[in-house]
Amino acid sequence: MAGVLPDMSEPVPHDPLAPDAIGERGAARARVRPKRRVPWLALASALVLLMVVGWGLMPRLFTSADPLLGQPLQALQAPSGAHWFGTDQLGRDLFARTIYGASTSLRATGLAVLVALLGGAPTGLLAGYFGGRFDAVVMRAVDVLMAIPSLLLAMAIVTVLGFGTIEIAVAVGLSAIASFARLTRGETLRWRGADFVDAAVVSGVGDLGVIVRHIVPHAAGPVLALAALEFGSAVLSVSSLSFLGFGAPPPQPEWGLLIAEGRNYLALAWWYTTLPGLVVLLVVLSANQLARFAQDSGAHR
Amino acid sequence: MKRSALDAPVTWWRRARRHHAVRRLAQSILVLWAAFTVSFAILYVLPSDPVSIMLNQGEQGMADPAQLAALRAEYHLDKPLVVQYAIALWHALHLDFGRSIQSGQSVTALLEQALPATAALAATALALGLLLGVTLAVASGFARSTWLRGALLAGPSLGVSLPTFWIGLLLLQGLSFHVHLFPAMGNDGWRALVLPALTLAIPTSAAIAQVLSRSMADVRAQPFVEAIRAKGVGRARLLLLHVLPNAAVPLLTMAGIITGNLLAGSVVTETVFSRDGIGRLAEGAVSVKDIPVVQGVVLLAAAIFVVVNLVVDLLYPLLDPRIAHGRRAT
Repeated sequence: MAGVLPDMSEPVPHDPLAPDAIGERGAARARVRPKRRVPWLALASALVLLMVVGWGLMPRLFTSADPLLGQPLQALQAPSGAHWFGTDQLGRDLFARTIYGASTSLRATGLAVLVALLGGAPTGLLAGYFGGRFDAVVMRAVDVLMAIPSLLLAMAIVTVLGFGTIEIAVAVGLSAIASFARLTRGETLRWRGADFVDAAVVSGVGDLGVIVRHIVPHAAGPVLALAALEFGSAVLSVSSLSFLGFGAPPPQPEWGLLIAEGRNYLALAWWYTTLPGLVVLLVVLSANQLARFAQDSGAHR
Repeated sequence: MKRSALDAPVTWWRRARRHHAVRRLAQSILVLWAAFTVSFAILYVLPSDPVSIMLNQGEQGMADPAQLAALRAEYHLDKPLVVQYAIALWHALHLDFGRSIQSGQSVTALLEQALPATAALAATALALGLLLGVTLAVASGFARSTWLRGALLAGPSLGVSLPTFWIGLLLLQGLSFHVHLFPAMGNDGWRALVLPALTLAIPTSAAIAQVLSRSMADVRAQPFVEAIRAKGVGRARLLLLHVLPNAAVPLLTMAGIITGNLLAGSVVTETVFSRDGIGRLAEGAVSVKDIPVVQGVVLLAAAIFVVVNLVVDLLYPLLDPRIAHGRRAT
């Protein structure tokens, strides 16, 4: 992701509309980084995400306990060598449930980001490239969608789609389309006016050629950085929605649901909500750090 | 926008349109109308049959046909889509968003009942969040050592990554169950407000601190800061009286987003702390698929966002004279 933006002869100003961890209307960043240091934080973040993806793909590799099988005698045990995250009210190993939950949660998150990316990026690209009435309509629609808090929008969509992991993933993705469309449009506009695009047009390259060869490679960096950022917030949205009970049904290990179940045992078992929540926090934090890193290394070249 | 057949309104409109405020007001109304249309499209057009979605909740057996037909007639779902839309829009213009399927109460009344509690929660959270966020940003501006600076700035990026419900549960666990400082649930009194407000304030303050510290860094790079320093103004005075006010202006553009996030955060927070309010209303409505209530909440959120942005936009030129009227879109 870091190497997508090539060296430009003119310095590329950091787009003031580029997203950061909370919103896109922040001020331009004027930090100067004179020396390349080893990005320890980004490396650690990547490591955390890799490990969690590993959990999702091969949970058996990381735990031998069964996430669904309860052992009543072991109910509500504090964390120990045998049960790293303790056990729940049915005696199920919470570490195993967290690890198996990664698969559901990450798949839902990935689907959400994919929906947002595939829905938003092409729309923004076409709107920015062709402009005109289509652009006006798209931007108005984006304004409207931005006016509704994304969690509420996702809840409205879930009302219609029904409850379930896939449904909330799609809803979270749909509600993030607007921000992707806006960023991609901005990037497209920025590169569309570049000299090399004019040169390509003048030498007879068609619209498709210009978009594929000249716009997409340049716009891809920031858009992918937004995707990384959206991954973090999608983890939060997906787990919030399933915490509220709109996601996977109870026996399934899913992060938001897991924490929701622990809600009834707050006074008895601190580990029940605390430790799985810590995992969610780490994942979101890592995704945000990676997104920040990608943005920075893109902007400071 | 100029579609009127008559000439007089058109010229009037053309004249009025030159005014920034009028243009922004018209834009806001347009956004509200569009928000209504979007919510109508999502909730009433997408599903093949909204009534059966609404009724299939709870009881297993299908509702009897007469009841279905009555409900369809009440929501005009037996009419063509365009007519449905026109009727719904007409009612919405009169602040009538239909009746809740679950309780039968009017949606407007439900929203009115729920709003004060959420407003109190959001306002407290905002005040706390501002206090915390500004303190953090200013403190990181004061910090001379990069080490301390980094530590102070790590707080916000941690804060925006925290799941709201998790903060709420941790606070409950710590301050309500282990140390019995605050009640775990309910709406009564300021003590019940503390934990939910804190829950909402933490991510809010993180967002504020992130934006503010960045914009403070920008302002400090400007030449006027150098000039003021050359005059011998001290660090504290410089930061608090010169840098902070200038840096706070960009923060104002975030007001709409922050309000929206507070409202969205109230869904989770009010659910965690079993507080009444808009968020809980939304959560309950979604879980029983009470479509009119869901639409009401969505529209309320959009309206609040639009109004906050409008106010900010009109205030903006007053606070920052460098910004010409109408130069800043949205």
